[in-house]
Amino acid sequence: MALEALFFYAFAAAAVVASLLVIGQRNPMHSVMLLIASFAALAALYVLLDAPFVAVIQIIIYTGAILVLFLFVVMLLNAPQEDVPEDAGRRIRVHGPRRLGAVLAGVLALELVWAVWAAFGPRGAPAFAQGERVTEAVSSVRRIGQVLFTDYAFAFEVTSLLIIVAMIGAVILAKRRSDAGSG
Amino acid sequence: MTITVFVQFGLALFVFVMLLLAAAAMVYAERKLAAAFQQRRGPNRVGPMGLLQPFADVIKLMFKEQLRPGGADRALFVAAPIISAACAFAAFAVVPFGGSTTFFGLLPEPIALHVADVNVAILVVFAIASMSVYGIVLAGWASNSKYSLLGALRSASQMISYEISYGLSLAAVLVLAGSLSVRGIVDAQAGYWWGIVPRWFVLLQPLGFLIYMTAGVAETNRAPFDFPEAEQELVAGYHTEYSSTAFMMFFLAEYINMVTVSAIATSLFLGGWHGPFLPESLGWIWFLLKVSVLVFLYIWIRWTLPRYRYDQLMHFGWKVLLPAAVVNLIATAAMVVYLGA
Amino acid sequence: MITLNHYLIVSAILFATGAAGVFLRRNVITVLLSIEIMLNAANLALVAFGRYLGRVDGQIIVFFVVTVAAAEAAVGLALVIALFRHRESLDPDTFTTLRW
Repeated sequence: MALEALFFYAFAAAAVVASLLVIGQRNPMHSVMLLIASFAALAALYVLLDAPFVAVIQIIIYTGAILVLFLFVVMLLNAPQEDVPEDAGRRIRVHGPRRLGAVLAGVLALELVWAVWAAFGPRGAPAFAQGERVTEAVSSVRRIGQVLFTDYAFAFEVTSLLIIVAMIGAVILAKRRSDAGSG
Repeated sequence: MTITVFVQFGLALFVFVMLLLAAAAMVYAERKLAAAFQQRRGPNRVGPMGLLQPFADVIKLMFKEQLRPGGADRALFVAAPIISAACAFAAFAVVPFGGSTTFFGLLPEPIALHVADVNVAILVVFAIASMSVYGIVLAGWASNSKYSLLGALRSASQMISYEISYGLSLAAVLVLAGSLSVRGIVDAQAGYWWGIVPRWFVLLQPLGFLIYMTAGVAETNRAPFDFPEAEQELVAGYHTEYSSTAFMMFFLAEYINMVTVSAIATSLFLGGWHGPFLPESLGWIWFLLKVSVLVFLYIWIRWTLPRYRYDQLMHFGWKVLLPAAVVNLIATAAMVVYLGA
Repeated sequence: MITLNHYLIVSAILFATGAAGVFLRRNVITVLLSIEIMLNAANLALVAFGRYLGRVDGQIIVFFVVTVAAAEAAVGLALVIALFRHRESLDPDTFTTLRW
């Protein structure tokens, strides 16, 4: 039990710190790498939540595919680093909204934490439901598969359609328009 | 409880050391076999029959000066070989290399020769394979050099293209075995049909095995798919600007990836540690033999076949291998449902 | 004793971090990354609730969220590439043609 708590705090801290650093980095390449660290910590949290399949899916799809896409785009566009403007007039126009944005984000965080507190009390929800605790991940993957292909079969098929549309859209949007042809 | 922690830790350390020794052995084997294929001798000066050659290589590499290009992004430049090597080692954590053993009675109870028996082990292997793309991409980008960047981009796109066929051939084995745990898949291959023919999945899935090995060779950037490292075209691809220990890490990562792909192929298709004449506690001998055969196959292919050109490589990956993998998966699933086995 | 609250608070903090990234950053790619952080925060809450209720539906919805996030990232980045070709800049403030 204490070990689980230790792991939880370690990985939660890693995820939160890495995310905070992501939004604070100037070089987008570093942002992507820190986000990979954050996602890996989240995958560990999923394992703690008895969801190893989701954890592995997170690594395969999020860090292994989506962030590779981000990395490629950052590299190919040679994404410039953000510059902070020096002249006074522009400074106020940039920093004013920034500070307001930071305050708003802080307020959002506080509101969400308050919502959780009010719903479940300061002691937290009682221990996780013991009802259908799945101990073996094999059976959990099997159950995920069963529920996925029966109750959520329609959503599954629609998702495949979504992916095809996204692929076609991405290819067309990123294509170079040639002057001679119709693009 | 503490004993189990020690045992786990000891097992992990043992696997780590064995992988390092395996990499050293493969350096030697590659050079000797390359020499044999080319009708020359190979290393034979350092130690008897040149057996100490890899250690001499390591010592030489460690003493070289470590260079860093001027415009290189320092953090990423250092992180890239670390990521490559770490992912290579991590993938081996879920590979079972033997049945249960008590180390000839030293331990109070038998332990399974396995660093981590995870129930979704196949997906873990796949996940770590997809993470190793980062080591290469970062190496190419952080070196701030044209050759590195081109080599890295080609290598990364090759790896992500062949990952799909890799995953699909794994999925076909999953359908046959009905389990995601590597140990479960190996145990599904125990026993014999009609007393003689072992129940290896390679006999049920020859196409799947070929697809897996081809995708594995492409994943590890070995010939004939090593265009990104082609010495003639790209100097040395993504590790052009690396020297000394960092270079050694990349090579270590490459050899250990080869070992991991061979080990997974052994577990999934060739029956893992099961074999005749030996009790289960000595199964690791069979495992070692089978992995060695596959590694020999790797080296043999490298020094025999000419290199694929980059567009031929991508054409092969997407238009030949992927449809073959999909057909393999569908046929396997259909047979399993039809035969009810 | 780790309760549901702990996970939800982590999810809330991550969500606010992502939102802050969307408000504050002047680089379109970082804004897209912040959106990914928000999606992940939602995923964490979904899996935590699924575990709390003892059902597997949380994980399945996460599966769909991840897929939709992948599709969205692909199209978003394609848009970024197209925009970059047009204006040579990744600052969202340069794309103000439709502003009054």
